[in-house]
Parts: sequence; C-alpha cells; structure tokens
Amino acid sequence: MSNQSKDSQKPVVRPMHGPMGRMGGGEKPKSMKNALKQLLTYIKPYRLQFLMMIMFAMLGAALAIAGPKLLGNITSEIQKGIAYNPISGTFLVDINFDVIYNIVYLLILLYGLSLFFNVTQGILVSRMTQKISKQLRTDLFKKMERLPLKYFDQHPHGDTLSRMTNDIDTIGQAMNSSVSSLFSSITLLIGVLIMMLTISGWLTLVAMITLPSTTVLMGLIMKKARGYFRKQQQTLGLLNGHIEENYTNQQIVKTYQAEQTMLDTFEVHNKDLYESSWKSQFISGLMMPLTTFVSNLSYVAISVVGGILAISRGLLIGDIQSMLMYVRTFSQPLGNIAQSLTMTQTALAASERVFEFLNEPEMIVETRSVEMNKIKGNVRFDHVRFGYVEGKEIIHDFNAEIKAGQKIAIVGPTGAGKTTLVNLLMRFYELNSGSIQVDGIKTTDLTRDQVHELFGMVLQDTWLFKGSIKDNLKYGKPDVSDELMIQATQAANIDHFIKSLPYGYDMVLDENASISQGQKQLLTIARAMIVDAPMLILDEATSSVDVRTELLIQEAMDRLMKGRTTFVIAHRLSTIKNADLIFVLKDGNIVETGTHNTLLEQQGFYADLYNSQFETE
Amino acid sequence: MFKLFKYFRWYHYMFIVLIAGLIYGQVQMDLALPEYMGKIIILINQGIQTGTPQTSEILNEGLMMLLITFGSITATIIASFIAARLGTRLAVTIRHRLFQHIQGFSAAEMNHFSTPSLITRSTNDVQQVQMAVIMMLRMLITAPIMAFSGIRKVTSINLTMSLIVVGGVVAIIALISVIFILVGPKFAKIQTKIDDVNQVTRETLTGIRVVRAHRAEHIQGDKFEVVNTDLTKTQLFVNSAFAVMNPGMSFIMNALNLALITVGAVLIGDGLLGSNPIEGLSLQVQFTSYAMTILIAFMILIMLFIFLPRAWVSAKRINEVLDQPYTIHDGSSTFDDTSRDLVVEFKHVSFRYPHADEDVLKDVSFKVKKGETLAFIGSTGSGKSTIVSLLLRFYDVTQGEILINGVNIKSYQLSELYRLMGYVPQKGTLFRGTIKSNLEIGRREADEDQMIEALDTAQIKSILNEGEEGLNRSIDQGGQNVSGGQRQRLSIARALIKKPQIYIFDDSFSALDYRTDRLLRKALKKQTEHALTVIIGQRIGTILDAEQIIVLDQGIIVGQGKHHELLESCQAYQDIAYAQLSKEELSHV
Repeated sequence: MSNQSKDSQKPVVRPMHGPMGRMGGGEKPKSMKNALKQLLTYIKPYRLQFLMMIMFAMLGAALAIAGPKLLGNITSEIQKGIAYNPISGTFLVDINFDVIYNIVYLLILLYGLSLFFNVTQGILVSRMTQKISKQLRTDLFKKMERLPLKYFDQHPHGDTLSRMTNDIDTIGQAMNSSVSSLFSSITLLIGVLIMMLTISGWLTLVAMITLPSTTVLMGLIMKKARGYFRKQQQTLGLLNGHIEENYTNQQIVKTYQAEQTMLDTFEVHNKDLYESSWKSQFISGLMMPLTTFVSNLSYVAISVVGGILAISRGLLIGDIQSMLMYVRTFSQPLGNIAQSLTMTQTALAASERVFEFLNEPEMIVETRSVEMNKIKGNVRFDHVRFGYVEGKEIIHDFNAEIKAGQKIAIVGPTGAGKTTLVNLLMRFYELNSGSIQVDGIKTTDLTRDQVHELFGMVLQDTWLFKGSIKDNLKYGKPDVSDELMIQATQAANIDHFIKSLPYGYDMVLDENASISQGQKQLLTIARAMIVDAPMLILDEATSSVDVRTELLIQEAMDRLMKGRTTFVIAHRLSTIKNADLIFVLKDGNIVETGTHNTLLEQQGFYADLYNSQFETE
Repeated sequence: MFKLFKYFRWYHYMFIVLIAGLIYGQVQMDLALPEYMGKIIILINQGIQTGTPQTSEILNEGLMMLLITFGSITATIIASFIAARLGTRLAVTIRHRLFQHIQGFSAAEMNHFSTPSLITRSTNDVQQVQMAVIMMLRMLITAPIMAFSGIRKVTSINLTMSLIVVGGVVAIIALISVIFILVGPKFAKIQTKIDDVNQVTRETLTGIRVVRAHRAEHIQGDKFEVVNTDLTKTQLFVNSAFAVMNPGMSFIMNALNLALITVGAVLIGDGLLGSNPIEGLSLQVQFTSYAMTILIAFMILIMLFIFLPRAWVSAKRINEVLDQPYTIHDGSSTFDDTSRDLVVEFKHVSFRYPHADEDVLKDVSFKVKKGETLAFIGSTGSGKSTIVSLLLRFYDVTQGEILINGVNIKSYQLSELYRLMGYVPQKGTLFRGTIKSNLEIGRREADEDQMIEALDTAQIKSILNEGEEGLNRSIDQGGQNVSGGQRQRLSIARALIKKPQIYIFDDSFSALDYRTDRLLRKALKKQTEHALTVIIGQRIGTILDAEQIIVLDQGIIVGQGKHHELLESCQAYQDIAYAQLSKEELSHV
C-alpha cells in the first residue's frame, strides 16, 4: 500500500525550485538572535495577521486530524452490523446507517472548515510575506541613497544586487512556506499522537518503533546527497567557466589551434560532472521511494499486530484502518518540521546579509548650511590631505589656487587615480584634513547637495538611464523647459541626431538602443549644459570614439567650458597645452602642478611622460 | 526531445526496457500489499467467529507482506540507479557533441546564435534535458503503469465505486489545470519583474556618482517604487493561487476517501460488495488504497505535462545548434616552408556581413610582403577589424579574393593557415591556468627560456617578480586577476612565442600607456624583422613607422602610403593626426 502513503502528503508542487532546489541549503547565520530580532521588527506591524495566520494554520491541521479516526468508525460500524450465524453459515447484515450518516455529515463539515482555514491562512501568509518583502526592498533601496560612496567602491555591485533580490527572495520563500507549516506540523504531530493513543496504545508503540528509523535514514541520505550536490555544483561551475572562456575566445582557440587542448580539459570536467551528477541524481531520487518503504514497513507491522490484537483483544477493523492512515500522516509533519527549520536557518542567514547592509554606517545628516549666493567659481585647495584607506595617505598637503573660469588639465598615466580628484571635488569622499574652498566657502560648510549643485559632470562612463531621452537630458533639472533643452542639445551637436531617431526626444534608451559611445557622450554634454552649473568636471573622449564624432564632442565641450571653471581629465595634447594649470598625477598623488611650459622646464615626471610619447628611435 | 535520444546506443535501450520491467514489478508488488491486508481482515473475522487466535496465519501473511515490501524497494533502487546513470550519460554525450560542434563554428555561426546563448545551450539547457530524461525514465514510465494497474484492480472490484474514483481524478485534474491556466502567464512574468527590480538597482549602483551629482535620488526612488510594487503584485497573485492548491488537493483526496467508504457501506448493506459482508469489508479497505494509487498516477502525469515542456524547449535549442552546418570549409593545400617569400594580397575584396544591407568593405586591394609592416587606421566602423577577420578566415569574402603566395586562402588547410599566423586580438584574452599554460597555447613545446624571452619582448617580464610562483602564477578565468594592460601584453607574448610568419595586431596596444607602447614597439621591431606584420591602430604614434599605411573610411580605402605622404595628401589622415597631435609635434616626427 505504498499508494495510500501519499494521500495526506502535501502534493509536491513548489514551482520556484527545480528538484535540486533546496538540497544544498542549510547555510548557517552567524548570529541567529540578532537577525531574528531585526526580522521581527518587520513582522511587528502585522502581528495581528501573524497570530491569526498561526491560529488558522493550527485550526486547519487540527480539524483534519479527526478524519481517519472517524473514517475508521464508519468501517467499525459496518463490522458491528455484520452478524454471523454459525448454524446456517450465513451472514446477517444490519448496519446502523443513522450513525454512519452522522459521521459523514460531521466529516464534510470538518473537511470543509479545514479547507477554509488552510486557504485563508495561505492567502494571509502570502499577503504578509509580500508586504514585508516589499518593505525590505524599499528600505534597502533607500539605504543605498544614504550610504557613502566609499561603500560602493569597496563592495562589488553584484553583492548589493544579490542582497536586493536573492536574499530577500529567500526570506520571502521561507516565511511563505515554513512559518505556518511549522505550526501546523506541530499541531498535526501532537494531534495524531493523541488520536493514535486513543485507538490503541500497543499499535502506537509499534508505529513509534518504525519512526526513528525513518528520521535517521532520511538524515543520512540528505547528508550524503548534499555532499554530492555540492560537488556537482562545483564541477558544473568549472565546466561552465571553461565553456564560457572557450566560446568567448573562440577566435584565439582557432588561430592557435588549441581545440584539442580545450577539448581535453572539457572532457576532464565533463567526466567529473558525470560522476557527481549521477550520484546526486540517484540518491536524491531515492528519498521518495525510501520514505514509502519505511511507511510500508509500518503498514505491515500494524496490519500484523493489529490483526492479532483484533482477535485477542477485540480491536475493531476500523481502528486498524484509522491507525494505518495515521501512521502515514505521522512521518509527514516530522519531515516538514525538519525542512522548515532548515529553511528558517537559510532565511536567517539571508536576513543577516540584508540587515548587515541596512546597518552600515550612513553619511552624516547635514543640518547646517551656508547661504550660497552667485558662485563665481574660484577654487582653492588648502593643505589637502587624503587617503582611501586609513593610514595610507595618497595626497599629501596639496595646495592650489584656481581663478574663476580657468581650465585645469588633469594628466597622468592610466591608473594614476584621476577619479580621486573628482571624488574630492564632488565631496563623494571627505578629506582627511585641509579644505577645498569655493569662492572662499569651505565645501564642508555646504551640504553635499549644494556642492553637487555647483558642478556639471561629463564623464567617460556615460551613465544614461533607462528612460526617454528627454528624461535623461532633464535628469538634473526636471522642470526645465523644452526650449531650453533643445537649445542645449543644439549647442551639444546632438539635436539633429535625436530628431532622426524613432520617437525623437521620447525614444526610450535601454540596452538595445543603437546609440554609439560618442553620441552618448554628446547626450551627457547636453545634460550638463541643462544643469548649467558654474563649474565643470570633464573627462575627454579617448580614441575609442571615431574621428568625426570626436570633433563634434570637442566642439560641444568647448562651448560648455566657456565661462566655467573646468577640471578636465585630459587626453588631448592641445587641451593640456592650453590649460591654465596642469595637475600631474602619479599613484594617486598630485606630483606636479604648473603650466605646460613650466612643467617641461622642471624636467620632472610630466616632461618624461610628454617626451616618451613623441620620441622616435 | 526524442531526437536527442539518438545518442542512446542499442544497449541503452535494453536498460530502458529493464527499467520498465522493474517498475512494472514494483507497482504490482505495491498493489499486492492491500490484498494481504484484506486477507488479514478475513482472518480476523475467522478468528473472532471461531474463537481461535489465527496468529501463525496472520504472521504468515505478514511475512509475505514484508517480502513484497523489500522486493518493491529493491526494484525501485535498481531502476533509479539505471535511470540516473542513463540520464546523466546522455547529458555527458550531448554536452560533448555540442562543445565539439561549436568549436568548429566560424564567426558567422557564433554571431547567429550569440555567444551567451551558446553558453546557455551547452550548460543550462543540457541540465534541463538531463533532468527531464531522468524524470521521464522514472515517472513517465511509472505513472501509466500505476494508473492502468490501479484501474484494473478497482474495476474488478466494483464499478459504482470506480465511477467515484473517476470523479476524484477529474476534480484533481480540473483543480490543477485551472490554477496553472490562471497562474501560468503571470508566473512567467515574475522573472521579468525581478529583472526590472535588478535593472533599476543596477543602474542606480553603476551611476551612483551621476545620481548624486544631479541630486536625482528621488527620480531613481520613484522608478524603484514602480517596479517594486509591480513585482509585489505579481508575486502576491501567484502565491495566493498556489495557496489554494495544496489544501484543495488534500480536500479532494479526503472527500474521495469519505465517499468511497460511505458508498462501500451502502453496498455492503445491500450485499452488493463481495460474496459475503466480510469479504465486502475487506474489499472496501483495499479499494481506498487503489483509488489513491490512481489519483497519484494522474497527478504525476499532470505535473509532467506542466514541467516537461520546459525541457522540450531546451532540447529544441540544443538541436538547433547541432543541426547548424558550418559555413567555412577546410581546404587541402599546404605551405611550402622552404619558400623564402611570403606575399599576402587582397584583390578587389568586398565583404558584407550575413543579413546586412550594406558592404562593410568595398573593393579593397593591397599587397604586402615579408619583412614589411602594413597598418590600418580609420574611425570605428571603418572596417579595419573586418580585414583581420577575413585574413583569418573567420568569414569568407563576399567578392574578390585573398591570396597568400598567389593561392586563394580558401584552398589552404585551416590548420596550415593558422600555423602561419600570430594573432593578438583587441582585448587581451587569457585562459584559466597559469602564465605558463597560456604561453603554451602559443607554442606547445616552448621551454622556460623561450617563455621568458617572449615575456621580455612583450614588456611584461616584471610580472614574474610579482610573486613567488613565477611562470606558474595562476591565471583566473578570462585573466581577471591581472590588469588590462598586463592581459594585453601577455596576449602579445603568446603570439611572440609562436614565432609566426605573419603577425596580426588588432589594436593590441590600446590599453598600454604611451611609454610602454613605445618600448614594446621598439622591442617588437627586432623580432618581427623577418616576418610580415599587420597592425590595426587608433593612435598615430603606433602606426607611423609602417611601410604601408591604409586609411579606411566606411569600408573604402581613402588613403594608402607612408606617413609623410598621407599627411600631405590625405584629408582623413590629417583629421585623425591633428586630433591627436599638434602641427609642430607632427612636423618633428
């Protein structure tokens, strides 16, 4: 009767995961208590719903518990109505159908109520879970706004993204399925135990003997399977990496005739994968049959012992039947509880990661601010010291005086840390000591927003956002008029191009939009023009832009720079030569400052850099 | 899907037949258990009627039950074992075929599918198929056997009660179908909604400086609120629908049980079940077990119908790749290594990418000899890199011909062709392994001295001093653990160690700073003295020493000659030159 075994088992539809879904789970949180505590603050607003949900889950389980017992009673009632006449050798059947129908009505009522409570509970849970997940996502996103840039420079974006989606999803999944299942399972476990005891102490004992063996067996298999699954994941990772590397570098593999070498490595991984793969598939495939097997063993035991007891002690057939059903039910909540606990553990580990992010120190909230009048754009670096890592200063006591409208070229070899200056000017990072002053006001006396307002930015990484071209252009000033916007795009040499696009200014920019790097840069120039800030930070186009576009960009940049104090990360010699001041960077530090001519005379790093470019044999 | 079964050998099919046999046996044994229970019930009655304990009889039946239980689990374990091995074996074979077939793809086929898609097809899709095959080998065989055997049992007992089972099956199928029809479309959408949340988060993260500089946090916040709400709504709908499923299924099963027992009682009362009431009772107890078997069989079938189509799609995607023919065909000629000359010639070559409307190269002709350097310059999209692709036969020309020593390159064996060439692509590409294993791709039998020499020429010898391991320093996938400039120089070293007759540098110096660029070129000059060199460049400085410079614009040669000639005569060349260097700098080089 392996068949009836599954009758009370919850059907195995869990759409989010494949068969391997949770096998590798069981990641342990570092501090269970803290994660739980913080998670509970999110549940708190829903405590009424939460209690109701638990109550309904328990009610739903409790109401169904009586089922097998009552069904058995029907059978027993039939048995009682059968009388055997040993003399004539015939049966006399007189079943009391009133009793049976009463049981039937009662059962319909119980099953119906149980259905109601279970469904309501399920919907309650998913509502609560979704609300909490949403809240978590919102909080995480809001937190992103308040974290200092340092955090994002030190942590890979994928890490934050994974907290936003995977971890929150894990929490949601666990809450959705394990909390209520934990309570209903406990109810079921206790209820079933009581029911079994009311039927027969002896049979309960027999059932209990088979139980621990199930648990131990399952535990062993799970452990073994988890090992193979981990191994499978590992080899799969290696294999995927190899495949990816090979396909992306196909042309190299071909031209160096390395096909066989690559195929050999592939075969090694493929073989490894076969070994771990079939073992994990086989063992995980055994879970269900083995559960059935153990439950069949108890079926046999109860049939036999029940049969003997029925004759010697008058146990009714209906009671045996009920017992058989209960034994099936009994192993199920045990499995559920184990699974719920693992899931809770994984979820807590996930919440720990989420809350770790939420607990990161934030930027200081600025309350004081200085009135900014018309800013001219005089900039002064006053004994500036800075380092990304404590104790590792890279800018040592830097001083410079820049007058409004001047152009400052920032030069240096690749990796010299030219973005550091951007970070400091924009106050993305705070100085270790000293100050940067704009028209005599220390930038630290302004709010960060005020500082940002002072600068327009055009960087190499032309960040454009998913949205219409118009929204992108008006990003810094959403209320600017369309006329002003078009004036800016005309000045940026991009109006004509935008108009040639399908939907023109309303065209949505996304990954598929066929817009070249150069055109993107023109768009960001127009964006900076719309912002119309007194100062500018520019990143000159490198050679990856084609010649014609480069000329357009140059022209647009020249227009943009007019009358603004400008910091240019320079690649073109003409820009460098025409600059009012050059900052020469090396290893993050500003090693020299001066004009082109004075720097050449110094015969220092700049001169070296300059000469290396044009010296021929 | 079944097309992929061709990778099963004949003896694999024997195993499949064996699985079917084992499962048939297992199902029969499982169904026999309730029968013995029925026998025990009859024994109980005899015991009560006659007042004898019947213990040994009952124990006999119990022993049989025990044997059956062990028999059933043994059959299951063997069947699972074979199924798991067969399924994974098939996956291994498919994966191997895919990998090997894709290795032969030219650029046209690669682009037809796109590299990420090919990666997914070789990995995820194969996994999907593997899972589906194992599922089919077990469930798809088990379910019909269970259903048929169960139906045979119930119909032999009582038809009225069998009709109730039909009702239960219909109810379960209806419930699952309705939920999946309702949820299915939304379910597919969840992933896109998650992608949306990811997209907004990612864009905010990567653009965080711009967001802050523009004080646009609220704009991003608003966008996020929209996608977040959207995701929440979709998930809520799906989860609520699933909340109905499990309790609903339990309810149907319970109701079925209740109906069967009640109807059974009525039938026994009317003497319509079994030859006598006791046998009736025994049959009634058995009946519920068989009913559940049937119900479960149909549930398995329905689940298979819901989940297998995904694997079908995967199988189709795999077959598409395996059925894709090659467009580049191997030639048969070989090179005469004793020949002292080496001449590469493009004769009126035009090229159009598959499915494109316009030629990327139009009527390109040039000739270059051993010992010479040929350089290409032009804006992006001018067709420079296409020339390299044609020379390396990643594509074949649309018109005209490419000749090496007067012979069309299509006639050469590809292996011969590639033996001549040392190709350094735009992006430095390394393979997982060590510095050594990467250099060995250039020359399998290279010794350490040769390696160090190549690294020295490529201006990257210093990398050996960065750690203890020297040449054995490990390289991550794609060379992620070295800098872009180092990657590029290591790629150059890989080409140098090959000592090819033709060097092809496709914009290979772009990640280097000017100083390293200059030193490298100086060192290269010595080694490439007796070879033929093709350079594609962006910087004037990189190419100005070449014997022949070709200026390309939109696929057409607009200038051809030496640096000084072009500076005087070619407008496009001047534009590029003056954008990079000032007049006086150009005049003194």
